[in-house]
Amino acid sequence: MNGFIDFIMGPMVWISVMIFIVGLILKVAGIVRKVREKESYIFSYMTLYHSLRSIGAWLIPFFPRATRQQPVFYAVSYIFHLALFVVPLFLSAHIVLVEEAFNVSWPALNDGVADILTVVIVAALGFFAGRRILVPEVKFLTSVKDFFLIFMVLLPFLTGFLAYHQVAAYEWMMIVHILSGELMLIIIPFSRFSHMITAPLTRAYMGSEFGNVRHARDW
Amino acid sequence: MQEPSAMETKKMEKNTDPAVEGGLERLTQEKITKTINEVLEKETGIRLKTYVETCMRCGLCSDACSYFLSNDRDPSYSPAAKVKQTIWEMIDKKGKVSKDFLRRAVHISHLECNVCRRCSMYCPFGIDIAYMMLLVRRICHKLEITPQYIQDTVNSHSVTLNQMWVKEDEWIDTLQWQEEDAREEFEDLRIPLDKEGADIMYSVIAPEPKFQAGLIYQAAVMMHAAGMNWTMPSMPGWDNSNMAMYTGDNEISGRIARTFYEAAANLKVKRIVMGECGHAFRSIYDVGNRWVSWAMPPFEVVHALEFYHELLTQGRITIKENYTKKVTLHDPCNVSRGRGLHDKAREVVNMICTDFVDMVPNREHNYCCGAGGGVINCGPPYKGERMVNNRVKAEQLKATGAEVLIAPCHNCHSGLEDIVHHYELDMEVKFLGDIIFETMEKKVYKQGE
Repeated sequence: MNGFIDFIMGPMVWISVMIFIVGLILKVAGIVRKVREKESYIFSYMTLYHSLRSIGAWLIPFFPRATRQQPVFYAVSYIFHLALFVVPLFLSAHIVLVEEAFNVSWPALNDGVADILTVVIVAALGFFAGRRILVPEVKFLTSVKDFFLIFMVLLPFLTGFLAYHQVAAYEWMMIVHILSGELMLIIIPFSRFSHMITAPLTRAYMGSEFGNVRHARDW
Repeated sequence: MQEPSAMETKKMEKNTDPAVEGGLERLTQEKITKTINEVLEKETGIRLKTYVETCMRCGLCSDACSYFLSNDRDPSYSPAAKVKQTIWEMIDKKGKVSKDFLRRAVHISHLECNVCRRCSMYCPFGIDIAYMMLLVRRICHKLEITPQYIQDTVNSHSVTLNQMWVKEDEWIDTLQWQEEDAREEFEDLRIPLDKEGADIMYSVIAPEPKFQAGLIYQAAVMMHAAGMNWTMPSMPGWDNSNMAMYTGDNEISGRIARTFYEAAANLKVKRIVMGECGHAFRSIYDVGNRWVSWAMPPFEVVHALEFYHELLTQGRITIKENYTKKVTLHDPCNVSRGRGLHDKAREVVNMICTDFVDMVPNREHNYCCGAGGGVINCGPPYKGERMVNNRVKAEQLKATGAEVLIAPCHNCHSGLEDIVHHYELDMEVKFLGDIIFETMEKKVYKQGE
């Protein structure tokens, strides 16, 4: 048992982080290579200025008209995505682990705040799931896969939260927490989670088409 | 002709047309699968794949679509739903889709989407859904199940290189007839044909000589009053419309575009000015050039809106009496979202009209006319559903309380006229050129003045 825990807390962390990073890099490289091979015209329309202009416009909360029309969704979505990165990266328990291994550290989030943000993440996931069931136009598009993706995000955050509060079966909670966190990292490059890297690309292309060719705004 | 039995009629989806039904009958499962896979493998690449893999199925594009909004938020009209019901399933099933599926795919891609690209502005990731709908149309074209009326215009393009089966002598005759009429008022007015080295090649869509020759008359009067050095080609290439672009018949679409550019090149003109048509502008400025391998058009391509702006701000045309009726302005997708001309259009309207009220939403965010993207060109069989599918436009128009609706695009113009009548909106639909013609100083141009 201890050997297993050592493995998932040691080499497995490395493996999953590497798959996550290398996977995403290869994904982007593959897209660029395939564009070059078959659809090279795409590059002739892309400009850095219009790409960044579009991505930037869409990063400003409630700046695009579309975001103002769905204020609740976008509010939840902005906070959710922010917390999704902030909590794992700035959680004191995670930083301690990194410090023990590499002797580097960075300022940690207050545990209470991290706790609240985790609840926010879980609630946001509940909101997304509810929307998939209750909003007809979303339901129409939804398949089992979409719930699976929600579950995949939910698992590490929920088990982390339960382990921290030592609600029950601490050791098992930790194991599931670590494994599910690693699993999530691993599947990011191979699932729609990869929108974290492909969405800026599609946005950049559309932004370029709108800005560079059509002299219009896309927000 | 034999009456179809009641049973048969019941089985068919409403309003399907003979070209689609006939085409479906000829298809075999093998041909369907082979054609779809051929298009997917040979004509698409990572762009489509990335779009499919990036879409989070969030449904946020729904609010962009006038079909969705007009049909009381019916989920099947949402942009992503149209993708789900067509190209996703073709990809998932590796082309093994049924004829019933294809009948629906024709309907969705040709009649439930104006390829107006509004949804791309509502997708947080900027996914180009119009591209995917055009891809579905491409597949339908290759399967030979394109709706009859629009296919007929493509056939006309193919034979005559114009949309309306206008024969060469008819074209020249129409121009000469307009010139002759205009000369009664403006003594030296000319519609110069094939004038090499002219500053401007003026170009129209085939429905102008066919049904609305008065628009050519108006344009000639403006060119005359402004003292422009202009010409129109007598040869094929004078028609800037391109319905093949909308049916996915890329080969014919490319022929049309090439002929058009060649006409301009042969005449050695400096630039191309186009009449008030949106889809034609898209075909020359955005699509045709790409198909014949120019990243951007080899000529400066100017839409009428931009040209009017130039004439008025440079004082080449003066407005004698401002237009006083309450007007509103429709932003055609292909020149607002397609070329960013919405602000110039407003400046022009404000230069000639005293009472302008904007629609909400407007500019890039304007609702589609419901006719563009080849939808109105699918013909009368679908007019009824076109009216239902664009209720939101009628509501938007009504809210302005305007007497006159300016629609600076042929497709929008026709589509909006249908809407105005159907919803009894008591509005007059006009081209911007109509109002300029009405209000301008109709000067007899003398050289050197």
